[in-house]
Amino acid sequence: MKVATPRWLSPEILAPLGVGLLALSLWEIAVRVSGIPPYLLPGPILVLQTLVQEWGSLFPALLITLQITLVAFLAAIASGLLIAILFTQSKWIERSFFPYAVILQTTPIVAIAPLIIIWVRQIVPGDNSTFVSLVICAWIVAFFPILSNTTLGLNSADHNLVNLFQLYHASRWQALLYLRLPSAMPYFLGGLRISGGLALIGAVVAEFVAGTGGTRSGIAYQILISSFNLQIPRMFAALLMTTVLGVTIFAALTLLSDYLLRYWHESAVKQEN
Amino acid sequence: MTSAAITLNHVRKVYANGTTALKDFNLAVEAGQFVSIVGPSGCGKSTVLRLIAGLGQMNSGQIHWGKEQDSRKLAFVFQEASLMPWATVQENVRLPLKLAGLSTRAAAAAVAEAIALVDLQGFEQAYPRELSGGMKMRVSIARALITQPEILLMDEPFGALDEMTRSRLNSDLLDLWLQKRWTVVFVTHNIYEAVYLSNRVVVMAARPGRVVADLAIDSAYPRSESFRTEPLYNQYCRQISQALAGASQGEPL
Ligand SMILES: Nc1ncnc2c1ncn2[C@@H]1O[C@H](COP(=O)(O)OP(=O)(O)OP(=O)(O)O)[C@@H](O)[C@H]1O
Ligand SMILES: [Mg+2]
Repeated sequence: MKVATPRWLSPEILAPLGVGLLALSLWEIAVRVSGIPPYLLPGPILVLQTLVQEWGSLFPALLITLQITLVAFLAAIASGLLIAILFTQSKWIERSFFPYAVILQTTPIVAIAPLIIIWVRQIVPGDNSTFVSLVICAWIVAFFPILSNTTLGLNSADHNLVNLFQLYHASRWQALLYLRLPSAMPYFLGGLRISGGLALIGAVVAEFVAGTGGTRSGIAYQILISSFNLQIPRMFAALLMTTVLGVTIFAALTLLSDYLLRYWHESAVKQEN
Repeated sequence: MTSAAITLNHVRKVYANGTTALKDFNLAVEAGQFVSIVGPSGCGKSTVLRLIAGLGQMNSGQIHWGKEQDSRKLAFVFQEASLMPWATVQENVRLPLKLAGLSTRAAAAAVAEAIALVDLQGFEQAYPRELSGGMKMRVSIARALITQPEILLMDEPFGALDEMTRSRLNSDLLDLWLQKRWTVVFVTHNIYEAVYLSNRVVVMAARPGRVVADLAIDSAYPRSESFRTEPLYNQYCRQISQALAGASQGEPL
């Protein structure tokens, strides 16, 4: 490793940061010069102030949304991985079920969220009902990229290596564990990066549809009531928190991917040409 | 011929896209023999090896194994190194033993020995991407040798190596072969290598792949480097090169 400038001073970070600061400054100036009222467009400074003031009510709501997102995401990982493995064990299972996974994916979640909420309420009574239905909605959105990417990855093992395993009479289990799963790793991790963000979007969209208050309402509900009450700065603050959460999830998954693939995959190793 | 270890009779292989890779291909390999197959690119050499190894179906013909032969004691060195990129050199070499159920500790000595055999000590913990093409190929050879095979199928194993390493590995391979008496089917583009190593050189022609010449190389082992300068050696090389030229005649360019 050569001694380099610290990572946060690299142009990759400084350049977008500069662009962002510039845009925010222009926004602030424009708002002040034009005199647009804050209930139409608040300046970034006001949004930040509101964020600090409202932190006590917004942050717990964000945590609820995060909780929904995480549970749905974990469920999507587990189910996506398991079903992908099942698919590679038999072409027939894959042929029979893959189209339904596609249908699940292409059905707009806004349209089916009310149904899911009603159905879940029949099965799970009480306060947990909304939470469960929101998790299901977010799961539906997040599940498919993991499934399709992992299926692709499991089928992408090097042909010669597949033959080699065959020559040495490897069991199905060994081939899966030592060949197919490692081959699928980069694809799976690519799926995770897409799904992490989608789980958050799914959770937010479903919360919008559910529109319920109560003790376990998430950030989307806060956005919704802020807009009803014309508390536009508060709405912006909540929106900002959601975006930051999404970016954080993506960054964390990218770091995880780079870490797991650091020794061997082109996407993660530093090339020295 | 009762001592034949592997016999291919009238083998025909047509790939799914309609390419006739082999047509009426016949070859009998004696136990303990070192047979080289030479031939123009695309004539079906790899296909022959793959069929012997039981990888892929033929369209007609048979492959017989001799009574003494255990078709499971077979090792294959592919034309590409085909290493697991996520595994270190050590783990790659250990793979066949791992698949056989041996623990890492039980395999350690054999792994070290195989790595030493191909001169890769010090690279045990390296990943394939950190190795040169020739080094990768040597890992692949170590992986093949670790199971103590009786039949060794090698598909241009030394194609990517420099001349020095190639001739060193050639003599190493011969030494090992004299010790262990494997049956070797060795595919190469290199006539000199084929003559130096083999009891017998089979020349193939392309489209459809078939045998056009079959030469016994009558020279006693162990063969020293000086064999490469003997008139007999040069005569064999010339003969094979003529057979190859004949095989390529009438080929569309
Ligand atoms: N999987 C495949 N599908 C279709 N055709 C194939 C396949 N593998 C090989 N062939 C065809 O079969 C023929 C023989 O191929 P093979 O790989 O055995 O040649 P080769 O003698 O090993 O060539 P080289 O010296 O270049 O490695 C070629 O014409 C090739 O196009
Ligand atoms: Mg070949």
